[in-house]
Amino acid sequence: MNRFASLLDALLFTPSRNAKLRLMQEYFASQPDPERGWALAALTGELVFDAAKPSQIRALAIDRVDAELLDWSYDFVGDLAETVSLIWPATGDTGGHVPSLAAIVEKLKAANRTDVAGLLEPWLDALDATGRWALLKLVTGSLRIGVSARLAKTALAEWGGVGIDRIEEVWHGLTPPYQPLFDWLEGRRPPPATGDLPTFCPLMLAQPLDDADLEGLDPGDYMAEWKWDGIRVQLVSRGTDRRLYSRSGDEISGAFPDVFAAIPADVTLDGELLIVRDGAVASFNDLQQRLNRKTPTPKLLREYPAAVRLYDLLREGSEDLRGLSFAERRSRLEAWHGRASPPALDLSPLVAFTSWPELRELRDRARERGIEGLMLKRADSVYFAGRPKGPWFKWKRGALTLDTVLMYAQRGHGKRSSFYSDYTFGAWRGDELVPVGKAYSGFTDEELQRLDRWVRNNTVQRWGPVREVRPVIVLEIAFDSVHRSTRHKSGVAMRFPRIHRIRWDKPVREADNLETLERMLS
Amino acid sequence: MRPETWFRTTAAGLYCEPGDFHIDPVYPVPRAVITHGHGDHARSGNGRVLATSGTIAIMQARYGNEAGGSLQSLAYGETVGIGGVVVRLLPAGHVLGSAQIVLEHGASRVVVSGDYKRRPDPTCAPFEPCNCDVFITEATFGLPVFRHPSDLQEIDKLLHSLALFPERCHVVGVYALGKCQRVLALLRRAGYQEPVYLHGALIGLTGLYESLGVPLGPVLPATGVARDVLKGRIVLAPPSATTEPWSRRLPDPLVAMASGWMRVRQRAKARGVELPLVISDHADWDELTSTLDEVAAEEVWVTHGREEALVHYATGRGYRARALALSGFEEDE
Repeated sequence: MNRFASLLDALLFTPSRNAKLRLMQEYFASQPDPERGWALAALTGELVFDAAKPSQIRALAIDRVDAELLDWSYDFVGDLAETVSLIWPATGDTGGHVPSLAAIVEKLKAANRTDVAGLLEPWLDALDATGRWALLKLVTGSLRIGVSARLAKTALAEWGGVGIDRIEEVWHGLTPPYQPLFDWLEGRRPPPATGDLPTFCPLMLAQPLDDADLEGLDPGDYMAEWKWDGIRVQLVSRGTDRRLYSRSGDEISGAFPDVFAAIPADVTLDGELLIVRDGAVASFNDLQQRLNRKTPTPKLLREYPAAVRLYDLLREGSEDLRGLSFAERRSRLEAWHGRASPPALDLSPLVAFTSWPELRELRDRARERGIEGLMLKRADSVYFAGRPKGPWFKWKRGALTLDTVLMYAQRGHGKRSSFYSDYTFGAWRGDELVPVGKAYSGFTDEELQRLDRWVRNNTVQRWGPVREVRPVIVLEIAFDSVHRSTRHKSGVAMRFPRIHRIRWDKPVREADNLETLERMLS
Repeated sequence: MRPETWFRTTAAGLYCEPGDFHIDPVYPVPRAVITHGHGDHARSGNGRVLATSGTIAIMQARYGNEAGGSLQSLAYGETVGIGGVVVRLLPAGHVLGSAQIVLEHGASRVVVSGDYKRRPDPTCAPFEPCNCDVFITEATFGLPVFRHPSDLQEIDKLLHSLALFPERCHVVGVYALGKCQRVLALLRRAGYQEPVYLHGALIGLTGLYESLGVPLGPVLPATGVARDVLKGRIVLAPPSATTEPWSRRLPDPLVAMASGWMRVRQRAKARGVELPLVISDHADWDELTSTLDEVAAEEVWVTHGREEALVHYATGRGYRARALALSGFEEDE
């Protein structure tokens, strides 16, 4: 358990993705079964306990330490599990036995709620402070993991020398502690069979298209469809067993019971989940209301009804269609849809065109709700997991832009920890500047160095890592769309804001007003 | 004679009336006794200064001619009389030259701990407990959440990270006086014999430690070295430098910090630390409380830090305890 706890601890402190991968790989390589399997379950969010309440943890602690000292300590540390883990007096008499994560998980699974306090005490005595912290987080159901499930699987795939898509394919047929998975990755057994389970097929993704790329492409080779602004999902069923997956392979059936109920029998479908009212696609902002909830209320389901617009058919019955061309899969999808006519699932229409200029015009005119741009798919492309260059492109419509004023700068993380690289910018409301967003990207390394130097020399006030700067620099911000938001002082929120240009030349009075931004609301 | 009749606080800090001197005054006074060389305890511009030879050497290195009007050194254990008060310095185990100040007057004895720690430190003499009537203690880490782990275990964390990320430069935030040299000495104890690279602000005091007989192994300046040379190397720098433009010369730096505050996650997170190392030159909770029992003073006065918790504890143990709430001392270590 101590080793697992120090992995969690290190992951929380480590900002870089590659360093996180290496920490996890070292763990998988050095730890025995089933310890690393349970750790993997925790890392992928599949190990969840709700065995103890904070009040029980506090009660355990004040059995051992003065309540007043505990409270002062809690005030200082700010987190109960951490406070108790640090304050817990080591008895120094544990017989040298440190419980493993596997032993702890087994006992917790078998325990009643009333037994838990009795189990915890000897464990707390035997573990070090980091081990106690991870244990208390685990039993109170508040284990925070510094990685996504996808990153944990990536680490496992790299360590095992297989592609992430192979892990994702077998993943949903497995349960913790994943012995068959480790046996396979260490070459002792063939890959675990997925059998008749509704497992996830890793997605095919598109490359962004630059206008320059078009030169070399023949419009006759490609088919086009709208790029909807929702979330990419996969609907899978085997017989009556159904699953709804996000693009990263996480199951989200519980968050979208309306879509889940609509999954037809014996197919694997690729599509975009959207909020649709009376046939009209609502904004991404509306979808956000649903994305924030793991279990939606009936009211939320009524007001924000979800549906799926289908892009592709990957399996029909027991037939895997991924080896067919896109054109063939599309006819199969249309034929299947005609026969099944499933409610809450419609087809994403194809967009007919004969030349690139014609298509560009269609794209630029499409400013209706829910359309982000176009997808271009080679008619002969097979379905290939990952993001191959060439067969699929996403061609986003031109971004919106706004001239704003730099107001605050914050130091970045990791490689950027010595740079003021996160910028808050504002727009005019009368004589006052109102913050309208924050951007971290879109500039070159040289521009970052120049901005950083400028921020350091033009600071008005400092709060920790944040500096307020003289309102002198105009930033031209590019963004995909803008929505109403109650969370922001300005009342609006941009999607994907990034710095388009730094207008060193432009006077701040010529920056845009908030009303200009409000007129762009979608 | 009860100590509070001849020893008290003034705006400048702790003051001994019959001797007419201050201890670690926060602004210049005619006569000062200094516990150790950290800038918030040893300030420049005092008239007459009494301290250990180590502390005087540090003050001279830092302040040159401003170190004091006259500088008098006193060896550990020796005594000197000032205005009817017998003054003695005993090791405090905090940094090189650090001392507790023992004052005897009218059959009562006061010990001012200064900053101290109890665990062994290869760069300075160990704390010597001394029975007294009033023990005036620091309380920087005066909460029971502060229990410093073994320092070699923390150094192992650093060496383990270096093995796992051999292409990254490991930059460790350390204070220039004490922590820097202790980390160097601990690295050598752990068997690390490679050169360690130093930020310019650390070079002077590290040289001074060497000249005072503390071997610290090969060190080189981090400035003016080709970037690639620092891959997989340990660089020591003042904590602030790890987020300043200075750090951009380092290849893919992994920021570590050696401080007792690293025990609390939020503190480490807020400083952007990737590898927190709990290495402290201050007493942790267990050291603070066991020292109270060892010196067996009837009265405990707490100078700075988390006074209320230590006063609460001491009162519960039957000591007469109070907080002096002195200002001017820094949280940093």
